Amino acid sequence: MAETLLEVKDLKVHFNTPDGVVKAVDGVSFSVDRGETLGVVGESGSGKSVTCLTALRLVNLETADVSGEVIFKGRDLLKLKNDELRKVRGKELAMVFQDPFACLHPLYRVGDQIVEAIRTHDDCGKDEAAKRGIELLAAVGIPRPAERFEDYPHQYSGGMRQRAMIAMALVHNPDLLIADEPTTALDVTVQAQILELIDKVKQDFNIGVILITHDLGVVSDVAQKVMVMYAGRPVEVGSRDEVFRQPLHPYTWGLLESIPRVDQKGTRLIPIAGAPPSLIRVPTGCPFHPRCPHRFEPCDKEEPELVDRGGGHPDACHLTIEDKKRLWDERESRRAGKVAS
Amino acid sequence: MGRYIARRLMYLVLVLLVITLFTFVIFYVLPPSDAALAAAGKLPTPEILAEVREQFGLNDPVHVRYVNFVRDIALGDEYGWPGFGISFDTRSPVKDEIFSRVGVTLQLAAGAAMIWLVLGIATGIVSALNRRKLVDRLVMGFALFGISAPVFAVGLAALYLFAYRWEISPGTGYFPLSEGFGPWFGHFWLPWVVLALQYAAFYARMVRGNLLDTMGEDYIRTARAKGLSERKVIGKHGLRASLTPIVTIFGLDFSLLLGGAVLTETVFNLPGVGQLIVRSVARSDLPVVVAVTVVAALFVSFMSLVVDILYAYLDPRVRYT
Repeated sequence: MAETLLEVKDLKVHFNTPDGVVKAVDGVSFSVDRGETLGVVGESGSGKSVTCLTALRLVNLETADVSGEVIFKGRDLLKLKNDELRKVRGKELAMVFQDPFACLHPLYRVGDQIVEAIRTHDDCGKDEAAKRGIELLAAVGIPRPAERFEDYPHQYSGGMRQRAMIAMALVHNPDLLIADEPTTALDVTVQAQILELIDKVKQDFNIGVILITHDLGVVSDVAQKVMVMYAGRPVEVGSRDEVFRQPLHPYTWGLLESIPRVDQKGTRLIPIAGAPPSLIRVPTGCPFHPRCPHRFEPCDKEEPELVDRGGGHPDACHLTIEDKKRLWDERESRRAGKVAS
Repeated sequence: MGRYIARRLMYLVLVLLVITLFTFVIFYVLPPSDAALAAAGKLPTPEILAEVREQFGLNDPVHVRYVNFVRDIALGDEYGWPGFGISFDTRSPVKDEIFSRVGVTLQLAAGAAMIWLVLGIATGIVSALNRRKLVDRLVMGFALFGISAPVFAVGLAALYLFAYRWEISPGTGYFPLSEGFGPWFGHFWLPWVVLALQYAAFYARMVRGNLLDTMGEDYIRTARAKGLSERKVIGKHGLRASLTPIVTIFGLDFSLLLGGAVLTETVFNLPGVGQLIVRSVARSDLPVVVAVTVVAALFVSFMSLVVDILYAYLDPRVRYT
C-alpha cells in the first residue's frame, strides 16, 4: 500500500468579486500517493490551477472563502500557521508554474535564485549551496551548468527556464511536486522533453506528482491517475487505463474527441460546443448540461454526485452505465466512420 | 562597457553643440531687438552703442560670433574656463556668478532629494502594503494634495507658520556652511521640506503603483512558493523590481532641479540658479541667460548618461549597445 501524500477533501474556493461570488473550486476531493502522477485535466477556468494554488495558500486569501481540508502528510495545510506553512513550501511540497518566462525574477541570476531556494530551508554556506545548485542544473539537463548558473533568466531559452524552475523545485527533495501546466508555454519538441524530465524526476526521487494540464494527450503519456474537472468540480476520476478505455462522462468524451489522432487517418477533431460556464452563475443541476448532447430529464434540476455508477470508477453524470457504454461506442464508430466517408 | 561610455560621451558633445546652436540663435539672432541696446544701459548715445558693439564683438558676422561663442565655452576666455563672457548687467564674469549659484542650488536640491526619496519611497511602500486601507487612503490623499499644491502657496504658508507664528525657522535667506552648521541648517530645512513635498508626493504614488504591479508578477508567487518569508518576498524580490525604474526618474528630476528651483529659490530668497535666471531674463542680460541654459542642458544630458549606465548595471536585460 503506497503512502498517501496529499488528500484533498471537499475543497471549496469562492472569490468575492464586485460582480458576484466566483465559485472557482466547488467541492473537490482527491488524493495522491507517493510514486504516482495525478493528471488534472480541464478547460481554462475549470478550477484546476486554483485547486493547487490553494493547497499551498498561494491564492489571495483576503478575497477568497476557502473551506475543506488539504491534508498533506497528516497536517491540514489550510490551518497551518504562516511560518509552519513556509517550512512546507519549497521543502516538502514544491511547485512549477505555467509560464517560465514570467516565473523567474528577471533581475537576479538564475544561480542566485536557486541558491536562495536552497538556503531558505538549509543552513548551508553559499559555496556549498552553489555547488548543489550546479549539480541540480546538470541533473535537469542544462548544458555547461557551471557557466549557465551565472546567467540571467533572459539569457535562457523557454525550455531551459522551465528546467531551471524544475531544478529549483527539487532542491530539497520534496515529497510532492505540483506542475501547473508546465509545458503550455513551450514548443512542442521541448514539451516532450520537460514531461520526460518530470517523469524521470518522479521515479528517481520517488515522489508524488500532480500534473495540471488541459491536454489529455499529455496525461495519457505520464499520469497513472486522471481527474477531469469542469466548472470547479471533478466530473470523472479514475486510473489512466479506466478513463481512456471506458470514459464515462460526456465532457470527457468531448475532451478525448478533441485530441488529434495520428493513428486513425482521416478522423476529424470534434470540438465541444459552447464555452465554459460563468463561475458566478453556474448552471443548475449538472453544470455541463447546456453543452451536453445527451442531456435528459434530471440534468438541469439535480446535480449528479461523483459516484461509481457501475462503470468501475466514479463519474458525475445521470446517464446509466448501459447508456454510457452505448453512447460512447456510437460516438466512437461515428468518428471512425468519417474515415470511410 | 568602456566603449559604450566613450560613445555616449561623444554623443554628449554633439548634443551640447546642438544646444549651444539653438541657444545662440534663440537669444542672439531671432530677437528683433539689438543686443547692444540691452548691454548699453539706459538712453545710450550712438557713441556708447558703437563702443558696446565693439566690446562684445557684436559687429562680427553671425557665424563668426557663434564660433567664438562655442570656442569660449570649450576653451575658456580671459576670465577662465568655461568662458561665458561678462554680464551686461554687472559687467562681471558670468562664470563666477554661475558657479557660486550652482553651489547654492545644489545644496537645496541635494537636501530636498534626500527628504523626498526617503519620504516618498517609505510612504509608497506603506501605502502599497495597506492597499485600500485607511493608511493608504490618507497617504494617497496627502499625495494628491502635495502634487496639486503649488510651491509658492505651500512655501509662503510654511514661512508664515514656521518662521512668523511659531518661530521654528529663522526665515528666508542663505547662510553658507562656512558660517556654521546651525545657521546653514536653520535656513535650509524649510525650503528643503517645501521643495521635497511635491516630489515626495509624486514618488509615493509611483512607488505604490510599481510595487502593486510587481507584487502581482508570477516571480513573486515563485518566491512565495519557495518558502521565503513575506518580508523577504516584498523587501527583496518586490522592491528590487519596483524601485529600479525610480532611478531613471530621479536622475532626470534631480538634474532638472540643478537648472534652478525657480519658485523655491524666489520664495526663500536663496541666491541660486533659479533666482539668477529670473533676474537676468527680466533685465535682458543675454550672456547670463545663455550661460544658464547651456549649463542646465549640460546637467540634464550628463545625468541621463549616468542614469543609463546605472540602469544597465541594475537591470541586466539592458545591453550596452
